[in-house]
Amino acid sequence: MDHISPVLWQFLQKWLTHFALFPPEASKIAPEMDALYFFMVLVSLVGLTLVVLLIVGFSILYSKTRHPHAVQIEGSTILEATWTIIPLGLFLIMFVWGALLYFRIYTPPANAMNIYVVGKQWMWKVEHPGGQHEINALHVPTGRPIQLTLISQDVFHSFSIPAFRVKREAIPGRYTTVWFEATTPGTYHLFCTQYCGTNHSQMIGDVVVMTPDDFRKWLQSSTSGNSLAQDGERLFASLSCSACHNTRPDARGPSLANVYDSRLTLSTGETITADDAYLRQAILNPSQHITQGYAPIMPTYQGQVSEEGVVALVEYIKNLDSDYRVQQTLNTTDLVPQSQGSKAATPGQAPAAQKEVKP
Amino acid sequence: MSAATIVSLPDQSTATIPKMNFLSKENGLLSWLLTGDHKRIATLYLISITFFFFIGGSLAGLIRLELLTPQTSLMAADTYNKVFTMHGVIMVFLFLVPSVPATIGNFVIPMMVGAKDLALPKVNLLSWYLYIIAGFMVIYTMAAGGVDTGWTFTSPLSTHYLNTHVISTGLAIFVAGFSSIFTGLNFIVTIHKMRCPGMTWFRLPLFVWSNYAASILMVLGTPVLAITLVLVVLERTLHIGVFDPAYGGDPILFQHLFWFYSHPAVYIMILPGMGVISEVVSTFSRKRVFGYTAVAFSSVAIAVFGFFVWAHHMFIMGISNYAALVFSLLTMLVAVPSAIKIFNWAFTLYKGSITFETPMLYAFGFMGLFTIGGMTGVFLGSTGTDIHLTETYFIVAHFHFVMVGGMLMAFLSGIHFWWPKWTGRMYPEKISQFAAVVTFIGFNFTFFPQFILGTLGMPRRYAAYPPEFQALNVFSTAGATILGIGYLLPILYLTWSLKYGAIAGNNPWQATGLEWQTQSPPLTENFPETPIMDHEAYDYEWLERQEQKEVASVG
Repeated sequence: MDHISPVLWQFLQKWLTHFALFPPEASKIAPEMDALYFFMVLVSLVGLTLVVLLIVGFSILYSKTRHPHAVQIEGSTILEATWTIIPLGLFLIMFVWGALLYFRIYTPPANAMNIYVVGKQWMWKVEHPGGQHEINALHVPTGRPIQLTLISQDVFHSFSIPAFRVKREAIPGRYTTVWFEATTPGTYHLFCTQYCGTNHSQMIGDVVVMTPDDFRKWLQSSTSGNSLAQDGERLFASLSCSACHNTRPDARGPSLANVYDSRLTLSTGETITADDAYLRQAILNPSQHITQGYAPIMPTYQGQVSEEGVVALVEYIKNLDSDYRVQQTLNTTDLVPQSQGSKAATPGQAPAAQKEVKP
Repeated sequence: MSAATIVSLPDQSTATIPKMNFLSKENGLLSWLLTGDHKRIATLYLISITFFFFIGGSLAGLIRLELLTPQTSLMAADTYNKVFTMHGVIMVFLFLVPSVPATIGNFVIPMMVGAKDLALPKVNLLSWYLYIIAGFMVIYTMAAGGVDTGWTFTSPLSTHYLNTHVISTGLAIFVAGFSSIFTGLNFIVTIHKMRCPGMTWFRLPLFVWSNYAASILMVLGTPVLAITLVLVVLERTLHIGVFDPAYGGDPILFQHLFWFYSHPAVYIMILPGMGVISEVVSTFSRKRVFGYTAVAFSSVAIAVFGFFVWAHHMFIMGISNYAALVFSLLTMLVAVPSAIKIFNWAFTLYKGSITFETPMLYAFGFMGLFTIGGMTGVFLGSTGTDIHLTETYFIVAHFHFVMVGGMLMAFLSGIHFWWPKWTGRMYPEKISQFAAVVTFIGFNFTFFPQFILGTLGMPRRYAAYPPEFQALNVFSTAGATILGIGYLLPILYLTWSLKYGAIAGNNPWQATGLEWQTQSPPLTENFPETPIMDHEAYDYEWLERQEQKEVASVG
């Protein structure tokens, strides 16, 4: 093959070895999505063939050489009704079929394992409930529904796993969810599909699907020592949340035990369910989310806690079923503000004293 | 192709271009820059949009070259982002939106309705000046370093995180928007008020109907885009907190506002193109458009439904599942009128007497490619498959099939169809048929592989991609070079024909529209006396009787 240019040869070789026409199916939903996809391809092919046949057929039969004089026809209500109703019917089938899939993909089952994903320019940070952190990778087991709760720390991103046929936008300022159940072990592409700035095309990674046994081993080998809820508890203590959110009779904030998924009445009279999104808002924007009976004294934590921090706090509050541990932390944090306060007071007083002296 | 032709040219040895016409009436730069004549303004528009198409097309060439290899080899990621952003901005706002309405529409609509000019000639000129100002602002942006938001200006990326020329681009589109509003307004007033005696609504050529529908969209939709862009500029400069969650805004609101215009904008682009196809298919099959009323009303139906489908761009963006359901259903409904049109055009051929001149070849190309573009739109309109296919090359292929395969084919069809009327001279037939076929082949090579890439999951707007996508990308780039030749050829031979083309005479196609019953190029006043419409649109029998009468009176 001396006469073939090396570039072309290299390309042909690649063409023969690395050539995909259809993505792998690695989740439970994928074959169902593909069934609809191929139904649509079939309908499109039939439709296209019909249009091409009509155009080519009429062009041959009624070309000027063969058919020198046109016969004027106004139209035909029956024919027009036919090609209104048949496409409409087909489109409605695709609509219903697609909607069924859509509702399944975006309605996670109650028993799904929740993994938090935070998108930021230009990486994906994954927080497992066991405290495993990942960047630009996601390890999941087969045979178990996995729910992803996504949020972005800056701009719009989009979490796409083509092999699973799922995708969800990671939006700044609100949680979105998607779920899947992986079926085939392997490594698959993870893409950011929403344009997010300079290194958009570097915001990619691997989704590693493992058998449940391998996944358990992976979880043990990649643990950071603390679970996500424990990280949250530590943050809860260091931010002195328990100074107000405790069970003392004079507590300035509501107790947070079992608050997750409960119905709350706000100071505005509105009743809401305390879900992930509500908890996040209540931490970052508390003045808009005051539980009835409490004074609007909580400061905002916007800018002080990263999205990963909020995720840890939410996970902690989710798992908080008694106030025992809060009381425990309270005993330590009781001391912290005082000692900090006294520390803060001394240097605070010193400049004041200096000021008095100077003039 | 078949030797039979409907082209009937005057005897070339004696024929001349009429001495008095809109091109020769006045000379000098000022007579063009201060003109109120819709045909001259259309000519100015034609030259300017061709210029911007050339820039936008060169940027597309750069994109395809970069994607030849999986790594960022030709330019850095930042540069690539700027290139695809400028390609999108220029092609959408400076080419596709004004392409058919402001050039062909501007040129023929007054003649089609039997008027001397548009209702508001000075506003028409103003709209061209606004377009040029917008064009200069875009060129300034490019010269100053470009912008990399993507043509969609997604907030908070555009309002907070990027340090490029978002404001000058946003204001450019704001100004271009007013140009489009004025054009739309002018068409609506003209079509309502300036029709000649006897020209009832249902005697209007379908080109007028489709431009009327597009004008409604321009007038009602563009202000929303304008205000959205103003808010982006204010958010960026003053942090007013409308879109950016860091200042208490809602980024989803931006998506709603942006797509409220930008989805109807798709119909602003395609509807006038559909009008061209109606004219061309009818003329070259010598038949009235099959089901005239259905085609006319389907344009209006598309315009009306087109306003209520915007959120299908946001199915994966966290709108409620039930909202997605409603918008998906409406999207399916808007697909139906397009299907009706395709079948009506196909049946217009039935028992016709068909010839295959260049405009007809482009129209056939349109029908095939638009069918694919439309059907793949249903893939994206169905909520389930949208999850997998959106934001990938599937969507890139889909809208290029509609916009380039559909709209650009229609534009070229229309340019060739009305070229003899516009310039008084024919374009060279053989080479232009060749160009039409080259464009069709090049187009399919370029964009069909992108459907497969999208199904595989390749995300759009990637400067670098995993190596297994390379083979298909090489195909696409190879096709783009063929497509480029297909677009260069018309620019060359149409320019050549300005001087050397055969003299066309009044009505080389034997078409029925009023614009063909006057001299080519027309007088500044279009008609020597106000025409009276005494027959239906596309009445070829009337035309024959007319010719027999002429023969009788001359003989």
